[in-house]
Amino acid sequence: MTSLWLLLIGLAMLAAGYALYSKFLATKIYKLDDAYPTPAHQLSDGVDYVPTNKYVLWGHHFTSVAGAAPIVGPAIAVIWGWLPAFLWVTLGTVFFAGMHDMGALWASSRNRGQSIGMLSGRYIGARGRNLFLVVIFLLLLMVVAAFGVVIQGLFISTPSSVIPAWGAIVVAVIVGQMIYRYRINLLLTTVIGVTALYALIIVGDNYPVELPDPILGMSPGTFWIVALFVYAGIASLLPVWVLLQPRDYINGVQLFIGLGILYGATLISAPDLVAPAWNDAVPEGTPGILPLLFVTIACGAISGFHGTVSSGTSSKQLDKEGDARFVGYFGAVGEGLLALGAIIAATAGFKTLADWEAVYSAFGNGGVGAFVTGGGAIVNEGLGIPVSLSATILATMAVLFAATTMDTGVRLMRFVVQEAGEVVGVKVGKWIGTAVVLVIGLGLTFSAGADGSGGMRIWPLFGTTNQLLAALTLSIVAVMLIRKRRNPVAALIPLVFVFVMALWAAIDQFGTLADDKDWLLVAIDGVIIVAAIWVAVEAVMAMRRAASEPAEPEDADEVAARGEYEASGTS
Amino acid sequence: MTLRERWRAFARGLEEFYAGPYRRTLRRAQREEDDLFLTVVLAEALGVPDPAAYQSVELLPAVYEEFHAWHRRIGLDRSPLEHVGCC
Repeated sequence: MTSLWLLLIGLAMLAAGYALYSKFLATKIYKLDDAYPTPAHQLSDGVDYVPTNKYVLWGHHFTSVAGAAPIVGPAIAVIWGWLPAFLWVTLGTVFFAGMHDMGALWASSRNRGQSIGMLSGRYIGARGRNLFLVVIFLLLLMVVAAFGVVIQGLFISTPSSVIPAWGAIVVAVIVGQMIYRYRINLLLTTVIGVTALYALIIVGDNYPVELPDPILGMSPGTFWIVALFVYAGIASLLPVWVLLQPRDYINGVQLFIGLGILYGATLISAPDLVAPAWNDAVPEGTPGILPLLFVTIACGAISGFHGTVSSGTSSKQLDKEGDARFVGYFGAVGEGLLALGAIIAATAGFKTLADWEAVYSAFGNGGVGAFVTGGGAIVNEGLGIPVSLSATILATMAVLFAATTMDTGVRLMRFVVQEAGEVVGVKVGKWIGTAVVLVIGLGLTFSAGADGSGGMRIWPLFGTTNQLLAALTLSIVAVMLIRKRRNPVAALIPLVFVFVMALWAAIDQFGTLADDKDWLLVAIDGVIIVAAIWVAVEAVMAMRRAASEPAEPEDADEVAARGEYEASGTS
Repeated sequence: MTLRERWRAFARGLEEFYAGPYRRTLRRAQREEDDLFLTVVLAEALGVPDPAAYQSVELLPAVYEEFHAWHRRIGLDRSPLEHVGCC
């Protein structure tokens, strides 16, 4: 079978999901109403609450949720064959992720733009909110640790990505200066910035950087991980306009270009899928497809992280409630497209089955490396760009995704540490807070040896935690639907499925980790299991309460919102 | 919509795409800078000797509009200056 069919069927499923299922959700379940004053209008302040054009908002939402996860997860999961990964990505995006992301946007916009954490306090109880903080901290920790390892792996397997990846930092700093200091037109700056980035990719391709072994008493892998953590620490401390903002922007533009290149090349060259549809001969030590498939691919099928973005920033900028369909559901479709591209690259980008098997010789071996080599081959065949340059383009794309998420993750974790300090009455400054985050992150990464393998071993734990967060969000959506006496089945099916898979995987891993005597991860997994059971009990209690209480009037939110809207004098 | 208008709309969208995610952080940084500036300008009036008072006093009328929000932000419910009865 050629990848073209996989691509076309995938695109058709995602398109049908958007055209049909999201319309059903918008009109029958969420009943999105453009006349409802969204928080962006109710509380308009020109800072957080700003009505935003839906295409721009979609761009923000999509680039915020797209990190390295929709590439890493599917590129690892194809070890069970391309078919299970393909089905989970497409059906997951259509029935789970779109429903979840749009639901989080709707729930938050009906509650003055509050975050899922605050909503869990209101709909599930104070304990739900505490749980949310624990889960979000663990999730950020895993992102920071795992992405550090992903990037160092790419630097070593594709040394030509070193110059463009670090050079992108310089480009971002210059872009920030051009815009804020010299007031140069943004469009012009963008063109110059992106051209400079691609020029660096060509330079990097000609001058690959391979570090001597040892370097400063460390192996190259260890050195890169330490360097990345130091970078993330510094980036998270600098004023945002200096580095983070222009870097995220250039990265966002590069994301659209990179996706265009990969999809265009697949359409033109249509390489064969050399990997088996269903892999009967998985390497020894590969865990069972059930439940691991459903936690290995988290982002790209369903991801709790999306709910935090939906309710954290996107919901405060919705111009009309109806836009939630495009921003939320189509944002999930964007992630699905990225995951689909990763599946094609990691299964169709090899010449023979033997080549593919050589890469996928053990669980976790394929990953983003397979995406880069496989995708590079497809881009070479489709667009005629030399193999090594194509691989460098994709490796740089993956590094930039992971790095921008990593530096933002360090910044967000520092906020959590500072908030936790406030709770216990200790004032934590930003330097101390960042140092705490870096020590914990490095500790986790090196927990299984100096090669940083601890960072990658926690990957399935990332999936588990992420799915748990998704279950928490879906339970809030379900409680709201039950209170309004609308059919909650569309939320309950993904909720139960995701919850069962996450808990099953967590328990499964607990045994394996205990056998390996990896006590740090055993402890983290233990916390996740307790949190999962906690979510289930709290959510069931909240749903029973919602069902026994009198039905909420159909226009309850609207009346409350309009009352506050008019009282605020902004109408 | 003419081509020119379309182009303008695209540039506006790009601007929004650039600034949107960081609007809040940038505004907060700007406000902190403004607060520091106000503290310096008002230092003499608040009883802190200021060698640059001769220059900064001229700025007083320009900052009065911001004065009320500023004193509330730094934790003073009522105006700390007797001759400014903003609240």
